[in-house]
Amino acid sequence: MKKLVLVSLTAILTLMMFTANAVMAKDTLRLLTWKGYAPAKLVKDFEAKTGIDVKLTYSNNEEMIAKLRATRGGGFDLAQPSQDRISFVQMKFPVYQAIDYSRVNTAQLTKSMLDAVKRNTAVDGKGYGVPHCYGTTGMIVNKKLAPGANDWSDLWNPKYAGKISYRLKRPLLIATAFGMGEDPFALYGDIDAYRALMKRVEATLINGKKFVKNYWTSGDTQVAIIKSGDANVISGWDGKGWTLHKTNPDIDFIAPKSGALGWIDTFALPAKSKNLDAAYKWINFMMEPKNAAYFTNKEGYGTASAGALEFLNDEIKANFSRSFPQADLDNIKWHPPVPAGFEKIEAKVLDRIKAAK
Amino acid sequence: MNKKGSTFYLLLIPVLLWLVVLIVTPHLDLMFRSFRLETDEGNMIFSLNNYLTFFQDKIYWLTFVKTALYSIFVTFLAFVVTFPVAFYLTKVVGKRYSGFMTLLLLIPIWIGELVTVYGWMILLRDNGVINNFLMRIGLIKSPIEMLFTNFSMTIGLLYMSMLFMIVPMMSALDSLDDSLIEAASDLGASKWTIFRQIIIPYTTPGIVSGGIIVFMLVIGDYVAPNILGGKSSLWFTEQIYNKFLASFNWSEGAAFGFLLLLLSSTIIWIALKLTGQKLERVGS
Repeated sequence: MKKLVLVSLTAILTLMMFTANAVMAKDTLRLLTWKGYAPAKLVKDFEAKTGIDVKLTYSNNEEMIAKLRATRGGGFDLAQPSQDRISFVQMKFPVYQAIDYSRVNTAQLTKSMLDAVKRNTAVDGKGYGVPHCYGTTGMIVNKKLAPGANDWSDLWNPKYAGKISYRLKRPLLIATAFGMGEDPFALYGDIDAYRALMKRVEATLINGKKFVKNYWTSGDTQVAIIKSGDANVISGWDGKGWTLHKTNPDIDFIAPKSGALGWIDTFALPAKSKNLDAAYKWINFMMEPKNAAYFTNKEGYGTASAGALEFLNDEIKANFSRSFPQADLDNIKWHPPVPAGFEKIEAKVLDRIKAAK
Repeated sequence: MNKKGSTFYLLLIPVLLWLVVLIVTPHLDLMFRSFRLETDEGNMIFSLNNYLTFFQDKIYWLTFVKTALYSIFVTFLAFVVTFPVAFYLTKVVGKRYSGFMTLLLLIPIWIGELVTVYGWMILLRDNGVINNFLMRIGLIKSPIEMLFTNFSMTIGLLYMSMLFMIVPMMSALDSLDDSLIEAASDLGASKWTIFRQIIIPYTTPGIVSGGIIVFMLVIGDYVAPNILGGKSSLWFTEQIYNKFLASFNWSEGAAFGFLLLLLSSTIIWIALKLTGQKLERVGS
């Protein structure tokens, strides 16, 4: 008798687990994204419109890859990696699946950006990404306390000693190379030349380390360090700089003279996505001009949605014209796809800089 | 008999599940991974290279040595700071108040490490609470740089691990019979002699167990060194994190994880041996 009770109990429990799983897979969209990429209002609108629950997990490029790799592309229905971090990952650990562009409402996307992303994320002729938004990494400067700072090379300029901060990650190495007058992207085809360039970058940053206040590590610490006055010249993202400008007009985003670094973040489908329908619905919903404009007005990042321009605030338009005069706009260095093996070289360089005195 | 057997196995299942699924299997997986090396052609081969990297590349073992020395230092500091507190709470103040005060000590643990770390940032930054206060009362002219230094990192590490030193020490002190101290005092022993010859030997087990916990917590911490530590505070855990997340080299990350486990266990073993010898010497 006892055995029977036990067996039936186990059976019921297992059944419950399976049904719970099935129900979840049916009505939930598990989205792996960046903070701010799924504004609460849009999530609510989407849930009201489609009846699909949206479950958000915040991450960044490095963690996104690690998470998906750990589950071999499971656990999430939609992810938002940067376009330069897709193809080399896909070639090595197949964590994504190709996009069926016929299910994406491509008419509402900026064509040039869609084509670029398709090309840059391609593996075996199939595209793995849909553009969502773009922005630049440049500098955020307190113009009153650090007048004249306008180039990457100011990140190791003794003039701003003790008031400099940046994130010690790969974009900073690229930025430093541009600040030294080199072109790292041109060396993407030649790993030995790139390694030599990274050696020079390392020397520059270790020499300049004594001027650095601290390395910021996330969007929040980036904002905090310049807002609190701990630093006046930092590397930063345009959207963050413009948000800061609203509360303190002395602080603003600046496109460095040697070139701001342009990135495009995408939508990509994890290999074991359980709810492709919801994923495509979310992509099309987010890229509707009105919704895309809401996101840009709120976060400050440019959108890949073609018709969004007319819904943008004047303030957002002003940001672009203030920080990007035509010459700087033309000088944006767009990240090409990272070749395999390069991150290994960079990781060692970053370790050595961090450990240096 | 049969009945008892079935209950026994029923209770054994969760234990085994916990041990095998959540502890043994992941460790075995990591262990296999740590011996795998990707060749330039992209093949996976068996190799000791991941472990050799640690010893060949100066930066890795130097970081580990630094991390270990700092952890030992913080453990020692934790003892120095918490011993008077533990003594006061068990021997000086009344039972009723001591319970309440112990509860107060627990509060930082409830809040969580990340929040307390941000709290320390507010206190320590250039225009933060402490600097503002010191400047207001005219003690200093310009702010002292405290945040993002080894000082702020040590404070962060100490603050979050102190409690784990106090609790075992209090339970050891609690069982120390007051009459021993009184007797020594009657026989003319100085306070220092009482401390050295009676209290310390008696509480050594508590100090050692507290020390082990604090050492393990500190050497395996990631948050405090990362956020409070500043630009040169490369902690060994951060290097493991970077291996996994920045360079996607899971094999090397796994090898480093095992090295951390092995080396920190060795340090604890040595510490145990050392204190064990002391105990014998005092006993004879």
